[in-house]
Amino acid sequence: MDDQAVLRTTPLHALHISLGAKMVPFAGYDMPVQYPLGVMKEHLHTRTAAGLFDVSHMGQVIVKAKSGDYADAALALEKLVPVDILGLKEGRQRYGFFTDANGCILDDLMITNRGDHLLVVVNAACKDQDVAHMKANLVDCDVTLLEDRALIALQGPRAQAVLAELWAGVSAMKFMDVREVPLHDVPCIVSRSGYSGEDGFEISVPSDNAVEIAKALLEHPDCEAIGLGARDSLRLEAGLCLYGNDIDTTTSPIEASLEWALQKARKAGGDREGGFPGAERILGELANGTTRRRVGLKPEGKAPVRSHAKLFADAEGKVELGEVTSGTFGPSVEGPVAMGYLPVSHANAGTQVYAEVRGKYLPMTVSALPFITPTYKR
Amino acid sequence: MLKFTAEHEWLKLEGDVATVGITQHAADQLGDLVFVELPEIGAELVKDGNASTVESVKAASDVYSPLDGEVTEVNQAIVDDPSLVNSDPQGAAWFFKLKLKNVSDVEGLMDEAAYKDLIG
Repeated sequence: MDDQAVLRTTPLHALHISLGAKMVPFAGYDMPVQYPLGVMKEHLHTRTAAGLFDVSHMGQVIVKAKSGDYADAALALEKLVPVDILGLKEGRQRYGFFTDANGCILDDLMITNRGDHLLVVVNAACKDQDVAHMKANLVDCDVTLLEDRALIALQGPRAQAVLAELWAGVSAMKFMDVREVPLHDVPCIVSRSGYSGEDGFEISVPSDNAVEIAKALLEHPDCEAIGLGARDSLRLEAGLCLYGNDIDTTTSPIEASLEWALQKARKAGGDREGGFPGAERILGELANGTTRRRVGLKPEGKAPVRSHAKLFADAEGKVELGEVTSGTFGPSVEGPVAMGYLPVSHANAGTQVYAEVRGKYLPMTVSALPFITPTYKR
Repeated sequence: MLKFTAEHEWLKLEGDVATVGITQHAADQLGDLVFVELPEIGAELVKDGNASTVESVKAASDVYSPLDGEVTEVNQAIVDDPSLVNSDPQGAAWFFKLKLKNVSDVEGLMDEAAYKDLIG
């Protein structure tokens, strides 16, 4: 099969090429993995100034109840997602995930209350499946994948200053706020969130205006275009999961250490306890614990330990414990960082385990996540 | 004498000892290197066999031995600072020195003009 022939492109594709990006196939799209600056400098630039990321490959989906009532859309989506969506205030965003009947994760997503409807953002690789899942299950809702919008992430301590050039009101926004605002007279939806561990924004833009808005942001001397390579090292240092690596249909949210995403209303004793796929397992694990947990792992040496490296209790590789699910070099940490699953017996911070890398058993220490201190504007 | 392989290693021959590294082209393709693992001194390497591993932020890659020989020296400087491979791959950032089993095998490798044709 010739994947190259069927790769899709985002509205910013030509801009990436003109900026000298190295393009790679990702989730069916031809995407920039890095620009001439390189992954290391792009990562550090995002942590010290501002980085612009094209995340238009992700799915932006409107969920609107046929009644036109937000509560009906929220209650419908709560049947698929174990978080409090009804209690989400207008103009606020929240993290969640679709669960399956086994209590595992079909995809993770961001959910926004947009007044009379929900805007959800899902992963590129899952978006067709997610839309089908919602259409099949949210019978009294209209589910619409927005094909005519780009998504631009602007991340880093200078993100607010960069966006303020286009919209002075940005400073009033707090972490997880969502506002509809005109940027260059283009109607955009701005959320104060992201995937880097830094303060920042995700900006939904009509496709026809995406290049204009991206160029306007890149005009700021503090703003550089950043590729998927640095996006991955930034999110890993921030302890954020990548769907398909760290979470999937073999991991429950509690195993994945994502119990913080479940609000009181959906837990045992809450107003709307359970009522989502796999509730029995997930609420059971909340009450009784799990056998394994997702943890941070810090290799002691300089060698990065990549995903699928096997983890052992001993330096001879006799007692296998689990597997690394994400691993790379953390430019801000100035050393390798990883995440993986370990039995609860070995999941406490400070525990030493060993990763098999090229026939050697490298010591790693279980570490608290995130590896960096996030700078979200709460 | 400077020679090249299709796997993007360079080799500089002095007597029967070859200094080996990766080419500028290879370093550019790999991107920012963060880790280098070198062979042990005394290791017997075989042509096209694994000699070393380099890792960028994104991925691990193998460096192959251009010819048969014994490792006589390794460059600790690139282990201490892998970014040296990006900044000076065909100079200060050599990888290891190899005492060749058959010096005449060098004749089978590419010269600089042939390598430049290869990478376009």
